[in-house]
Amino acid sequence: MWDHEIRAMASTHAIIAASVFMATVVPAALVRGFSVYGTHLPWLYAVSGAVAAVSVAAFWLLGISPPTKKHTLGYKEFPKSRCQAFSKGSQDKLIYKLSRLFRSCVYFFLSCLFFHAVVVLYGAPLIESALETFSLAVLLTSLTTLRCLCVLGPNVQAWIRVFSRHGAMSVWDTCLQITVACTLVGAWVGAFPIPLDWDRPWQVWPVSCSLGATIGFLTGLVAAPAWIHYHRKQLTYKCK
Amino acid sequence: MKRLPVLWLLLWVCALYSAGIYLFVGGFLLVRLEVNRTSTCGDVLQPGEEPADFCRVQPRFRRAVLLIVDALKIDFTWFDPHNAAPRPYENKLPVLEETVSSRPAHSRLYPFRADPPTTTMQRIKGFTTGSLPTFVDVGNNFASSAILEDNLIHQFGQVGKRVVFMGDDTWENLFPKKFHRSLPFPSFNVKDLHTVDNGILQHLYTTMVSDDWDILVAHFLGVDHCGHRFGPDHPAMADKLTQMNGVIRSVMDRLQNDTLLVVMGDHGMTDTGDHGGESQKETDAAIFLYSPSPLFPAAPSETQCTQHVRLQFASTSPHELLVIADQSEPDVVPQTDLVPTLALLLGVPIPYSSVGQVLLPVFPPHGQTKGAVGGLSQLEALWINAKQVNRFLETYSGMAKDIPPESLSRLKADFSRLSSEYLATVRRGRPPSPQLAASLQAYLTSVRDTCRATWARFNPLKMAAGLAILAFACLTCFVLSELSFELIREDGTGLRAPVAAALMTGGCVAAGQLSARGYVEVAWCLAAAALSSELLFLWRARRSGIAGAEKIGPTSGWLTPRRLLAPPVLVPLLRCASLLSDSYVIAEGRAVTFLVLSLALYIPIRLNWDGLLLPPSHDSLKAAGILPPPALSPSTVRKESGTLLACLGLLVGSLYLSLSFHACREEQGSCQPSPFLSPLSRLQDSRLKNLHYVLSVFALALWTYLLRRCLRHYGNLNSASGAVFAARWVLLLLSVCLALYWAVSATPEDSFRNLAELIAMAQLALPRAAFCLLGLGLALIWLDPLTVYAKTKVQASARGPSVPPRYRASTAISPQAELHHLIPQIYQRMRRSLDDDGELSAGSEADGRPAVEAYGLGTVYSAPLVLFCGLLGMGLLLLHPEGMALSFLLLLLQMGAVLHIHASSTTLSGLHGAGSGCFNVPWTPVVLWSLAATQFFHATGHLPTFPSIQWGAAFVGFPEGHTGTVLPASLVTLNTFASHILFSVGCPLLLFWPLVCEVRGGRPGTACSEEGEDAVMEMRLRENPQQFSSALLQLSTRYLFVLGAQVFASVCAAAILRRHLMVWKVFAPKLMFEASGFLVSSASLLIGVTLVLRVDVAVGRWFKRLIPDASR
Repeated sequence: MWDHEIRAMASTHAIIAASVFMATVVPAALVRGFSVYGTHLPWLYAVSGAVAAVSVAAFWLLGISPPTKKHTLGYKEFPKSRCQAFSKGSQDKLIYKLSRLFRSCVYFFLSCLFFHAVVVLYGAPLIESALETFSLAVLLTSLTTLRCLCVLGPNVQAWIRVFSRHGAMSVWDTCLQITVACTLVGAWVGAFPIPLDWDRPWQVWPVSCSLGATIGFLTGLVAAPAWIHYHRKQLTYKCK
Repeated sequence: MKRLPVLWLLLWVCALYSAGIYLFVGGFLLVRLEVNRTSTCGDVLQPGEEPADFCRVQPRFRRAVLLIVDALKIDFTWFDPHNAAPRPYENKLPVLEETVSSRPAHSRLYPFRADPPTTTMQRIKGFTTGSLPTFVDVGNNFASSAILEDNLIHQFGQVGKRVVFMGDDTWENLFPKKFHRSLPFPSFNVKDLHTVDNGILQHLYTTMVSDDWDILVAHFLGVDHCGHRFGPDHPAMADKLTQMNGVIRSVMDRLQNDTLLVVMGDHGMTDTGDHGGESQKETDAAIFLYSPSPLFPAAPSETQCTQHVRLQFASTSPHELLVIADQSEPDVVPQTDLVPTLALLLGVPIPYSSVGQVLLPVFPPHGQTKGAVGGLSQLEALWINAKQVNRFLETYSGMAKDIPPESLSRLKADFSRLSSEYLATVRRGRPPSPQLAASLQAYLTSVRDTCRATWARFNPLKMAAGLAILAFACLTCFVLSELSFELIREDGTGLRAPVAAALMTGGCVAAGQLSARGYVEVAWCLAAAALSSELLFLWRARRSGIAGAEKIGPTSGWLTPRRLLAPPVLVPLLRCASLLSDSYVIAEGRAVTFLVLSLALYIPIRLNWDGLLLPPSHDSLKAAGILPPPALSPSTVRKESGTLLACLGLLVGSLYLSLSFHACREEQGSCQPSPFLSPLSRLQDSRLKNLHYVLSVFALALWTYLLRRCLRHYGNLNSASGAVFAARWVLLLLSVCLALYWAVSATPEDSFRNLAELIAMAQLALPRAAFCLLGLGLALIWLDPLTVYAKTKVQASARGPSVPPRYRASTAISPQAELHHLIPQIYQRMRRSLDDDGELSAGSEADGRPAVEAYGLGTVYSAPLVLFCGLLGMGLLLLHPEGMALSFLLLLLQMGAVLHIHASSTTLSGLHGAGSGCFNVPWTPVVLWSLAATQFFHATGHLPTFPSIQWGAAFVGFPEGHTGTVLPASLVTLNTFASHILFSVGCPLLLFWPLVCEVRGGRPGTACSEEGEDAVMEMRLRENPQQFSSALLQLSTRYLFVLGAQVFASVCAAAILRRHLMVWKVFAPKLMFEASGFLVSSASLLIGVTLVLRVDVAVGRWFKRLIPDASR
């Protein structure tokens, strides 16, 4: 039913997963002394950057632009299942796009702050390792919020709407639900080993959490197409 | 409503839990009373001689060196020259073997058997007191770890011997200020193999060659730490043991003739390097005795024999060993035996509570005493030993009753027979028969065995029974919460059979025990009773549950992974699992906060997932022929979501702030205890002190204000009842008292010299006045809990029976704030009965019908409870350090936040009016509530360890101390479990709050109350008494279930991990705190529920009084 989308999704996810892998391996090959534990923050930035770049590019190429606003743009429903809308004036479009880009950047930064606050509330040290905490927030943002931005655009209402049972309006929304939930749960579970007295290098803040988030994200990348494929008969979307 | 069944069911469940805890703790915690008497030199009298001072006689040795190598297992000391490829721990101590074979008259090596618990502190206690220390040595030194029982170190000090100590700093805690010189080194870091050992080695040899000591104790920790870190089978262990070998060799080279060397291990280790339990690998350490002067009556053949024994020891069973071994050569030396042996060799009295037996080979046989200088013969030593042990046994059995009477009387008879025999022998000057020595030995052995059976053995049967009862109690509690409605409907008759069964089984077991053994052991009767009653209940519940399930529909599938992964189940599961790991128990405060935060964040996410958080958009409305019409108007939804999110913010904020009130465990290395924990009087900086004081008083004022504000808001401050009086005046006075008391107690003693007397008096009087006020307030609430102001007025204008008067708000009485919420509430039922009355009296009074305005009727149940909690919280705050006022304020705020979140989410998800499950409280808020209790246990500066108990609480209002033990014990209990008490008492609020905050007007479904609009807020509970009872029962059992599951988890942890390194440091204290926390919580919950029922009685009376009034 959604074969085309699922195939596109699976290949996109494969590329993103490969980018995570490359972000780990390539610097390790090029830079001496680079390791996931030892130089955790560079690794973290490499992964965030790679995922951000690749997903922006992939979603842009795929043309999964967020549904645009009704009042500025023509609104038309297609027999195709994906809800899409096209604009008329190209000038308007450019300005609109620029403003969206700016808003997206602001949202990205705000989301970093938000995640930082949440992580601190969960018990991360407030001042001592603020840089580490903020890096984790950046990673979480690029794994979750960036995807929301790519799929839904800078529209918090839509984000809130997506994360409800009947809120998904396309396969990509469902995919977003799954990956975001997996990433956040992964980061949450990643906090569990911190109090243990094993003295392992990956128990140092924020290694376990960022590893958890990354692993959760990768799991989500795999799980989302698989789940959608498995449930494709049951999936029905209302078109806005 | 049905009040008694609710109470009885709750009492029954609490009793079941308590029985389980009692049984388990009885089998797990080994309890012994400490005898605080000391031996003196005059005690040890030779028979038949005139009283002489024992200590003045020249002892066998003047000095002794005790080298304690922690965890020196007996296997480490064997030396097998034929072993070509020794493991890392084998053949590393050749010096012992060489000495034993080359100088048999000077040295011996024995297995040295420890008694469980095989942890270092208990072992040090064991081989210095000669007793069998247990986990809880009940004495009057619960706060500090210093040994108060008579011990070797004390006795050495008594006769003026200079004891020099170096090594493991545990000794310094056990014997503070007892050493002539002491060089303690930190023992805590298990990863550190060398600090302690190197520290000792720096000083050991210089000390030995100097003459400034008589007894030298050196406690090496490296081997033990190596075992914990790497296990015995690791090259590091080889290095450590080789180092020890060198140490022993050099110490032996420096010994003088009058010095005794003892090298010993305090316990062994398992193959993984742990210890604490009772397996032979853990208990069998080694002891090596050596002296440059001949010590043993050694014949070469005997030495060979011991060597032979030794070689056999590893391979043969102990039984065979007995056959080979010489009679006077013990095959294994119990650790208790070191104490009398050392004492008699060094010429000090045997410590009072020692149950050890002298090591015979080091004493010459009778008749050879002349040769040895100042030594005692074997028989004399045994006699002194037996007399001392008998004296201890008499004292102990006079104090405690835990030694079985039949064995006690047997031992007494033995001793009197032996003593007459010995005295006769000595008087006649005959050489004693060898049987006498043997029977003295047998007597001493049997005393020790009796004591060990009483004190030093886990009782696995009792532990298992306790576990089973607790598990079934949890299950019962769960079933009870699911079936609460059915149980209440059938009027609590479901309880009769289980209780009858319990009584019957308990009686049967008691009778059986009486007839079979002649005495009753209460624990087993309890176990049988509890188990039988649980099983019967569960069986019946299963039957009725099946019947119920058919009616309602399939309720099965509770254990599917989907259900288990739902956060309200997952979070308690994680919490229980975390109790099984020592790291999480150590970090419990933060772990619980983490879980509470996770669960709190889950609520809005879940609501959003269900699409209930935001008002449904128009699009979906249009599209939705499928969707049901929205139950709430969009503005209501927006308002409720706003409340929910605001309260969530408050909750998260108070969670985060509460983290800054934690204390620190000693295991947490880099942790600073909260500055608010120390009492103000200890602060030096006066500006800081003032700041703290102002903050505390501000928190106190806010606490008072918030309570009054809440009550006023719902119109509960109008009437003239006792509760209102308490709210208006007692609350205020109490807070003034507290603030004054803090000010007085923070005053530095030397600043106001001329006012010293006044300050002392204020310190006594203010807290006592606060206690009195608290008692008065609580009593007033209890006696007169109604906070309803009723105004009756005759409405002359009402005409005609067809128009029953409507009741409306009067602006005359209430302040403005009340106007919004104060609806005069009247009751449809009352109106109906008025109608009935009217009809009965032929309708003649139809025109004079009164209108009744009742203020605060909507919160008639919750207001007394809130007030009760508020007063109680203030009383508990009095027992804490002043800075904790902020933490208590956070507690209040968090309580309010949880209640409002619960209320809003109930409203948003439209749980009201869902048929029979009308007032049911879902699991999420209950779990949140019970975890918050643990969270604030930590956030009020408490920890589940004994040293962290705030003993200062016992002296609030009693600065001179107490005469009894009940009052201080209860004050300390109240202090320790303050948050448990507050949350448990306030638990019924979870039931009331959604009703208090209910949104009126927008409710379409009024299935709950057939009367519609008139019965609002908490009056709806009165409308449906049966559902009220069942919801109350369900809420309480759910709460008890969550608490009980935590107790069960920590009981499991203690049972499973009873051999864990940390069991006596982490798990056992945690178990005790969790168990006592549960008991306190369940008692407080019962108080809370009883208060609610009391209010219900009062409300019933109020209506009864009103109706005749009204129909007049």
